[in-house]
Amino acid sequence: MSDLHTELFVAGGGLVGLTLGIACAEAGLDVVVVDREDAAARLAEPYDGRASAIAYGSQRVLATTGIWPYVGEEAEPILEIRVADDNAPLFLHYDHRDVGEHPLGWIVENRVLRRALFERARTIPSLRLLAPVAVSHVEPREGGITAQLADGRRVAAALCAVAEGKNSPLRAAAGIRTVEWSYPQTGIVCTVRHELPHRGVAVEHFLPAGPFAILPMTGRRSSLVWTERSALAPKLMRLPDEAFRTELARRFGDFLGRVEVEGPRWAYPLAFMHAERYVATRLALVGDSAHLIHPIAGQGLNLGIRDVAALAECVIERRRLGLDIGDSETLARYERWRRFDTLTLAAVTDGLNRLFSNSIQPVKLARDLGLAAVNRIPPLKRLFMRHAMGTLGDVPRLARGEPL
Amino acid sequence: MSEPRPATSVDAGEVRRFDALARSWWDPQGEMAPLHRLGPVRIAFVRDHFVRLFGRDPRSLRPFEGLRLLDIGCGAGLMAEPMARLGFEVVGIDAAAEVVEAARVHALAAGLAIDYRVATAEELAAAGERFDAVLALEVIEHVADLGLFLDAATALVRPGGGFAAASINRTAKSFLFAIVGAEYVLRWLPVGTHEWKKLVRPSELVRPLRRAGFVVEALTGVAYDPLTGEWRLAPEDLDVNYMLFARRPPA
Repeated sequence: MSDLHTELFVAGGGLVGLTLGIACAEAGLDVVVVDREDAAARLAEPYDGRASAIAYGSQRVLATTGIWPYVGEEAEPILEIRVADDNAPLFLHYDHRDVGEHPLGWIVENRVLRRALFERARTIPSLRLLAPVAVSHVEPREGGITAQLADGRRVAAALCAVAEGKNSPLRAAAGIRTVEWSYPQTGIVCTVRHELPHRGVAVEHFLPAGPFAILPMTGRRSSLVWTERSALAPKLMRLPDEAFRTELARRFGDFLGRVEVEGPRWAYPLAFMHAERYVATRLALVGDSAHLIHPIAGQGLNLGIRDVAALAECVIERRRLGLDIGDSETLARYERWRRFDTLTLAAVTDGLNRLFSNSIQPVKLARDLGLAAVNRIPPLKRLFMRHAMGTLGDVPRLARGEPL
Repeated sequence: MSEPRPATSVDAGEVRRFDALARSWWDPQGEMAPLHRLGPVRIAFVRDHFVRLFGRDPRSLRPFEGLRLLDIGCGAGLMAEPMARLGFEVVGIDAAAEVVEAARVHALAAGLAIDYRVATAEELAAAGERFDAVLALEVIEHVADLGLFLDAATALVRPGGGFAAASINRTAKSFLFAIVGAEYVLRWLPVGTHEWKKLVRPSELVRPLRRAGFVVEALTGVAYDPLTGEWRLAPEDLDVNYMLFARRPPA
């Protein structure tokens, strides 16, 4: 069986893994990305309607690494965000003009992102995508790692990046433990088509069961993230189409006219997971393999893209000096950089969810006043916005729109 | 253990000392920790000057493709390996057999093809070898005869090529910092690593280079910042650690 030699081995060719592979290979590194699913099969999947919020900082990463042009017109800019508490009159309003010329973020369908990543990956000679094949195990050895693939091939590399998603076998095999808990909530996700244009406005209603987010997609469509009590979610998922539509419309409101559900519904039990370490010997966790946060602020993928930008910068800086990209020095820097940012956001989103997912009157009043107060203090509001946009803190070069 | 040869710049006592260190060379927290910490600033200095000299792309990950480099006193390969990753075809020489063996084993594990030899600069020069780039980092303060050594080192640089050196100055401050501080107080280096009277003043390096027709392009201090724990170039302070880059004009 053939043995491959590379510099960076990426386990997992999803949105985060492939972005990492592209960012590093584009800077000249030799990269092998392995995915258990076939690229063609992933692209041929029936329309599923799932979409991701791409924060401004993440978009900079995708643009700087040459991925964004392949997304093209299929990204819908978010021009405003309105946060409302149940039906209270007080609300928080974010307008992109408060922080600059560019949109606050974009909503992009996952299948569009995936196609863009595959197309971009094909243009980079130093990036090899092996799929469909599973990774059996990865062993650190003197000077690097050896990855054993299920088809018998072996890949030798200096560093292994783990982008396998939240259930990460390589994370477990490396002995990295996790802290996790689940929320008594389920996220129901679907796409809706509406009569009236959304004008680039994203709406987040804090209902007693949890946040109900309406995110503008291309055309007269919005992506819906509907947080519901886990006890109720299965019943909603089993409802016939028209009954489901009625339940949805009751929460959605009529500000965009009549709404119709398009494509399938998805249900995700909401959970929090944080890896105790982001690195082990010659191994780095990125994306959901390292952390899974409450989707209340739509930041999961954005955190993963920040991981990518930080790890790519650590690796390429080190490699430009000809140094070993898998040594403890490189990994320690990556971990220091990312843990703080992630824990801050995790604490904020968890706190927001606990604050908003109830209807206790004093709490409700306090948070309404809080929202209104934040809305009236421009510097505080801009700070919140910048954090959500991924342009706050020690921002990696790619997220500032600078090449590695 | 190699025996001292006649008419050579190698000092047998020095070779024995480094031989004992061979296995711990690559441990970033081990005996060579100061060299590991010095690594990034030294590599960046060498890389930037050679990139400029040879008109290469500074953003490339392999800017030195097609060029040959000689690392004199390569030890276990702390400079040779980065230079090989940056695209140089590297020959590493050291007089200590055990440390050269350690270098070979390490390069093999890292998947790098480096030609390591137990040899001296004088031997290579006598054999008529020529290189685009020659390094002598933390070497000149350990040789028995600096004049002999520099004759050989300069002869090994082809016309149009470049030479980089790093060393420690012979000043009261270097006695305090590099010997009393690094060896006795901080224990960064084993006691006896440096002999103060063998340290080389920058002028003692520059003069013979100019005589050999070399143009000294850079001479800078390297200073340790105790707050960040990192080394940086300090162009004004050559009192302790310093680096030099010189080019040999085209024939």
